[in-house]
Amino acid sequence: MSKTLNDKIDAAAETLLNRTSRGREDFETLVVVPIFAVIVALILGALIMLATNVDLATIGKSYVALAHGSVGSLSAISETLTAAIPLVLAGLGLALGFRAGLFNIGAEGQLLLGGMAAVVAGFMLDGLPWVVHLPIALLAGALVGALYASIAGWLKAATGAHEVISTIMLNLISFRLLDYFLRQPFIQKEGRADPISKSVPDSAELPRLLDWIDPNLRVHAGLFLMLAAVAFVYWILFRSKIGFAFRASGENLHAARYAGMHSSFIIIAAMATAGALAGLAGASQVLGVLDRATPGFSAGIGFDAIAVALMGRSHPLGVLLAGLLFGALEAGGRQMQVDAGVSIDLISIIQALIIVFIAAPLLVKAIFPWGFRSDSQAKGGAK
Amino acid sequence: MISSQTQSTQSGTTLDSGKARQARITGAILLALACLVLFVFGMDASGDATFRLSRPTDPWAVPNLVVPAGPFNYIAGAILAFLGVRQFLQGGVRWTSLSLGLGLAILVMAFLVWATAGKAFSLTGMLQATMVRAVPIALGGLAGVLCERVAVVNIAIEGMLLAGAFTGALIGSLLGGWGGLAAAVVVGGAFGFILAALVVTYRMDQIIAGVVINLFVLGLTSYVSSQVFSEYRHLNNAPVFRAFKIPLLGDIPVIGPMLFKQNLFVYGALILVAISTYYLFFTRNGLRARAVGEHPEAADTLGINVYRTRYIHVTLGGMVAGFGGAWFTLGSVGRFDENMTGGRGFIGLAAMIFGRWHPVGALAAALVFGFADSLQQKLALLRTPIPSEFLAMSPYIATIIVVAGFIGKAQPPAADGKPYVKE
Repeated sequence: MSKTLNDKIDAAAETLLNRTSRGREDFETLVVVPIFAVIVALILGALIMLATNVDLATIGKSYVALAHGSVGSLSAISETLTAAIPLVLAGLGLALGFRAGLFNIGAEGQLLLGGMAAVVAGFMLDGLPWVVHLPIALLAGALVGALYASIAGWLKAATGAHEVISTIMLNLISFRLLDYFLRQPFIQKEGRADPISKSVPDSAELPRLLDWIDPNLRVHAGLFLMLAAVAFVYWILFRSKIGFAFRASGENLHAARYAGMHSSFIIIAAMATAGALAGLAGASQVLGVLDRATPGFSAGIGFDAIAVALMGRSHPLGVLLAGLLFGALEAGGRQMQVDAGVSIDLISIIQALIIVFIAAPLLVKAIFPWGFRSDSQAKGGAK
Repeated sequence: MISSQTQSTQSGTTLDSGKARQARITGAILLALACLVLFVFGMDASGDATFRLSRPTDPWAVPNLVVPAGPFNYIAGAILAFLGVRQFLQGGVRWTSLSLGLGLAILVMAFLVWATAGKAFSLTGMLQATMVRAVPIALGGLAGVLCERVAVVNIAIEGMLLAGAFTGALIGSLLGGWGGLAAAVVVGGAFGFILAALVVTYRMDQIIAGVVINLFVLGLTSYVSSQVFSEYRHLNNAPVFRAFKIPLLGDIPVIGPMLFKQNLFVYGALILVAISTYYLFFTRNGLRARAVGEHPEAADTLGINVYRTRYIHVTLGGMVAGFGGAWFTLGSVGRFDENMTGGRGFIGLAAMIFGRWHPVGALAAALVFGFADSLQQKLALLRTPIPSEFLAMSPYIATIIVVAGFIGKAQPPAADGKPYVKE
């Protein structure tokens, strides 16, 4: 009985796999739409700069700085990668949630508390060799992120509370929790009145990869963590049984339930995995870049990760590319602020615009009718 | 009504067991609250809690309300325990939501009495602040009701509030308060129209569209405020609408200061709630709008233009949110700060769910949140041993409890969140 059921599920998995594998996905939606989206967003960004009294020369200068600060030099590439690491990690978690039909807005809070846990594990266990210490600190971050996210998962599974509202509330709660923790004597740095945690000892830090070239290159070993996470999420989503359950209940919850899948367990497991990845993003940020926790150290990564997951179409490889793009925008935006004096907030406008155009392919096709083969496909492409 | 019937026939037994489980969870929560009230608030409270109901200068002064703290909290704990045990007994299922609501109200009262034990506290002042703080949440919730009644989920309320706040400050500085208010309403409406265009015409996922509008507005307003306002400060210095008293009514003790001694935004919110209730439930167009939210195919068959109805109502919702957003600048400080709405739009969304997709319900829920908000402010003065961060969290925790506890009962419009493609 169970054997035939397994065979059936395997066969269904095979067809689902074929449908979502990259070869079958439309070239237009995967390549053409994102390119158009980036171009239009940059043009609109320039128009917004014009409207706020920035002259043309400065606009040109700021886009040159944007390119230069993101890919123009070794240190620029290092900055891009550094910014991309947490975005990709958290974005992978969100993408996994999207596949399971969960719209998790809570990455920011999961990331904050995960990072906090990693910091605490870092300074509490001082003296351990790094082979033990670093994995424990990372694991602590992932675990706390997973636990925090599963609150929202449990609420949805047990009571039907919509995860969008509960994760937003959990975000707001996590900000206050962080403020509270940072004032506690055993976390707060000795002799400081402002909310700042103790520093992470070297043995728990993610080592920098290129400091033998220049000590200012910040790219750290979290890069490997990120690549491993991409492979892991790919495996979970497309090669494992639980991943099939995630995707099946994301496509049609009722069908999945009738097929004998435990929807409550799937919801909680998907949220927990997403939270673990977000917590890992927070841990990699504090262990690799910041060295300590401060109020709001997440700097909106959790929210940007939503955009990353959407832009990557909830596919691990797509998330990787989108994360690199957003990391480049982030690093370039900082350069832009320094060189041209244009506020880095412009970058979030550009990011939002990119997502609009990517999430509404019909809109891009309406703006650029000549970039696409035929109109008949556009009708089917609507989400 | 119809939708709940069909749902219960679809999955009758699972729904019942789910309800029973929910009743048990509620019971456990109530018992935990009873322990809290009895052993923390009851044991610890000594002396009388004095609540000031009016100021000595008021024309009709009302004596202070004095409550003996210890006995009050023991009684409160006993009632909570009774409600909690009742949930585990047969028949408790029917009263789940009511018991939870009642239990939370008792908890708040017990907490207040405990915090003020041996001290004095102006209850009227807090109720007045409650009303003020409820305004953006109520208007956000009302915007949500208008959108979701035509089956468009509006996560973008937060962004619309922020856009209204920003526009109010900018245009208010240039053209004065009324100009700023009008501009805030127009800009809110414009974002409503954009949301409608994205989800109705371009069939973008409604939640993604909302998130994107939030991101965009946050980015744009932060960009302009750091790029322009920091340099030209006079552009961010709008006049503020002051509170004015309605003659006679404003002199009524307790209720007067709460309802009739407020600024334009409080009166506006109350009037808008009244108008939209009348519109949605007592006019032909309101009925049509609700039909679009419940069953767009049927509405379309009857000749209602589904797309146009959605455009109109989402734009109206945006205008309401824009008005609510102006409260942040024109109704309080006159200056715009980055991300100054701080999640009020999302709480408004929760108020809408709590209020069961009804304008009056949303207002009532907003008052609860406003109360929690102002409570947290006032409690800082009473110096309770609870860390201020946890008090600041309380509205959010309350929101989660509310969304988790009441969702089983509340039914969203049947077609909520689904795009409609005309055949």
